[in-house]
Amino acid sequence: MSTPTTTTGHAAVPAWKEWILTTDHKRIGILYLVGAMAAFGIAGLMALIIRLEQMELGMQFVESGTQYNGILYFHGAVMILAFLIPGLTGFAANYFLPLMIGARDVAFPRINAFSVWLFYFAIVLALLSFVVPDGPDIMWTGYPPYSVTTSANTSMYVFTVHLLGFSSILGAVNFLVTVIYLRAPGMGWNQLNMFVWTTIAAFVLQLIFIPVLASAVTLLLFDKYLGTHFFDPTEGGDVLLYQNLFWFYSHPAVYVIFLPAVGILFDIIATMSKNRIFNYKAAVYVGIWGTVGISGIVWVHHLYVSGMPDWIRLGHMVTTLLISVPVGILTLSMWGTLYKGAITYNTAMMYAASCLYLILLGGLTGIPLALPSMTLHLSETSYVHAHFHFIMALFAAFALFGGIYYWFPKMTGRYADGPIATVSFWLNFVGVNVTFWPLFIIGKEGMPRRYWDYEMFKDVQIMGFYFEDFHKVATIGAFTIALGMLLPTINFIYAAFKGKPAPDNPWNSKSLEWTHTASPPGPGNFGDTDVVLDENWSPYEYQK
Amino acid sequence: MRNFLTAMTALSVGAMASTQAFAQEVRNPAAEWEELWNTVIIDITIIGVIMAIAAVWMLIKYRATSPDQVGTAKRLTTVQAISFALIPAAIFMADDFYLAAKGWTVWNAYRRVPENAIEIKVTAYQWYFEFEYPDGTETEELKMPIGEPVVLRMTSEDVLHNFGVPEYRVKEDVMPGRITYIWINPVEAKETIVQCAEFCGQNHSEMTTKVSAVPREEYDAWLAKIAAED
Ligand code: HEM
Ligand SMILES: [Cu+2]
Ligand SMILES: [Cu+2]
Repeated sequence: MSTPTTTTGHAAVPAWKEWILTTDHKRIGILYLVGAMAAFGIAGLMALIIRLEQMELGMQFVESGTQYNGILYFHGAVMILAFLIPGLTGFAANYFLPLMIGARDVAFPRINAFSVWLFYFAIVLALLSFVVPDGPDIMWTGYPPYSVTTSANTSMYVFTVHLLGFSSILGAVNFLVTVIYLRAPGMGWNQLNMFVWTTIAAFVLQLIFIPVLASAVTLLLFDKYLGTHFFDPTEGGDVLLYQNLFWFYSHPAVYVIFLPAVGILFDIIATMSKNRIFNYKAAVYVGIWGTVGISGIVWVHHLYVSGMPDWIRLGHMVTTLLISVPVGILTLSMWGTLYKGAITYNTAMMYAASCLYLILLGGLTGIPLALPSMTLHLSETSYVHAHFHFIMALFAAFALFGGIYYWFPKMTGRYADGPIATVSFWLNFVGVNVTFWPLFIIGKEGMPRRYWDYEMFKDVQIMGFYFEDFHKVATIGAFTIALGMLLPTINFIYAAFKGKPAPDNPWNSKSLEWTHTASPPGPGNFGDTDVVLDENWSPYEYQK
Repeated sequence: MRNFLTAMTALSVGAMASTQAFAQEVRNPAAEWEELWNTVIIDITIIGVIMAIAAVWMLIKYRATSPDQVGTAKRLTTVQAISFALIPAAIFMADDFYLAAKGWTVWNAYRRVPENAIEIKVTAYQWYFEFEYPDGTETEELKMPIGEPVVLRMTSEDVLHNFGVPEYRVKEDVMPGRITYIWINPVEAKETIVQCAEFCGQNHSEMTTKVSAVPREEYDAWLAKIAAED
């Protein structure tokens, strides 16, 4: 990335040092983006190895089951913890939330800098798992007793989670204080951007639930290295305790990813349709906060086949199905924002439009999984794998990519749109369908997740095709996505220096980050005059 | 009054008789699973198609014709805003409860073990399953007599595993320190597999064995032969 921020007053400091020592929320945002994209690249490579290995029966690419498990561990843990969460609540929130509320920086800039460095330490620690001979092989869920009895290095998993958790908790406090105290004078709660609301919601979830995950993995550490027996039934412990603590955090964590992605979409769609958010208050108070409210009472849907008591499984069936109410209201608002709009198409809007498809497909395929009786068969199959990739992995990644295209002119003063952007969008969109549709189909017939071989299914046919055929198609899809992700990365770097110059508000948005700042915004964001708003101002008011 | 009493007696006797009939009827969870799957898929396909058509229609119809054009959607009145939240919420909840009721019915088929089911003990190890039949015979594959329900009482000697039989549409975790169960109704002759479906380490992908439903005589002969070999 370029170094766009003007450096007046810091002339004596070399550029690299300025970046490392920065407390400017915009630069910290860019640091998060660079780290998250690097994590995405490496974890994406791991996905390609996994797909190559599954392409044929038997073992071809990896040398042992343990190596495969290590790669799969890395892919899952890093995509969630080091790509999506930092990309959304690190990069996007850091760069744009202060601009959207008219603040000159976050409330605690130094703590903010500390957060990003904790994040970088975590990435380095995660990467070290390739260097040490006994890298973790316990999947991103880290269930005991395996994570305790394995000879591999579970502590690296625990410490990575600790670092990221610490970073997120500090971020949560910082951003909640920022939104509460540093909004521009005159900006009421019902005038916030959807992205600001969803980010607050995500940070509230992090603040409440991270300590639970931290305690779970810490007990794991004690069990493995200090000889305690929290999860060891032979000494009075309980293996189910860990799974409950883990998912008590990790279901809300999917909303830490889902909600900010929804917020970005709302902002892109409203700007490109030049329309107000349909039923804003319902979307905020029922949609976003309803999702937050219900997020803590549905976790057993991840434990439908874990041997939990029947009545809990049935209770969580009802609560899980009820997620459809807030998420449905959010979806309706998203659709309604298109109604009678004046839609302009560009790369950002194309990603946003494809997210409408992803949220439908991913959300609706979750309905069978909400029923314990259905999950008694579907659990741990590639059906689940396809479901959560559509709703979480792909939906959020597409929203983040759309957001990068949308905000690129703000960050660099240049457009990233162009033929490469369009071609790579289509590669990605086709690629995700080619990759994950076959996994739905074989998943329904029993193809398990987390398998490098599926010898036992070698005679099973679906519509005249073997599992292997479906896996081959999926692998072709994965390479299509790889190309579709590599091209824009090169394109971003090129466009940051040589792209077509853009004006301060290229999309004619009404949102503060576009109307009140230069592209890129200088130190302090808003020049010499503070932003002051009246009660009629709204980031979505185009009809005046 | 007399008539009324007679009617009530007849009704309650009838009800008791039907409950009993109900208790004796052995259900077939795998078939019920398939039926429920079809219902749910139709349900979500309808929602998905309606929403997708709406999205595509708007994305095409509302394209801007000039760069300064703005959207013309009107601000919702309070009544409209509340209706647009409450009515969809009611529709979603109606569908939720419809599916929950159906799901619950099938759930009962899975979890209520028929009386007199043959009880087989399953122990999981890294990376194989061991079966112990009522007569004490131990094997490394599962055979069931056709038409007789079988209940598996399962535990693990090391880490988490999962006993999953895709053909019978059922799976449940197997863990140390607890006993879990599933039951199977082998209605017809079948040869299939069980797979481990909970991550358990290096050879997780290879933790599998045969599962078959065979005629009673074949089942007895097989058990006798193994018992004799030991
Ligand atoms: C809204 C955003 C959503 C996200 C981000 C999300 C994410 C995920 C993830 C990551 C998993 C897999 C976890 C694992 O086993 O490693 C999962 C599974 C599951 N999802 Fe979703 N999901 C979402 C929506 C839904 C919806 C709308 C439903 C149903 C109403 C649903 C129901 C389920 C269930 C029941 C499982 C567990 C399946 C099993 O263990 O077999 N999800 N989801
Ligand atoms: Cu969940
Ligand atoms: Cu296993």
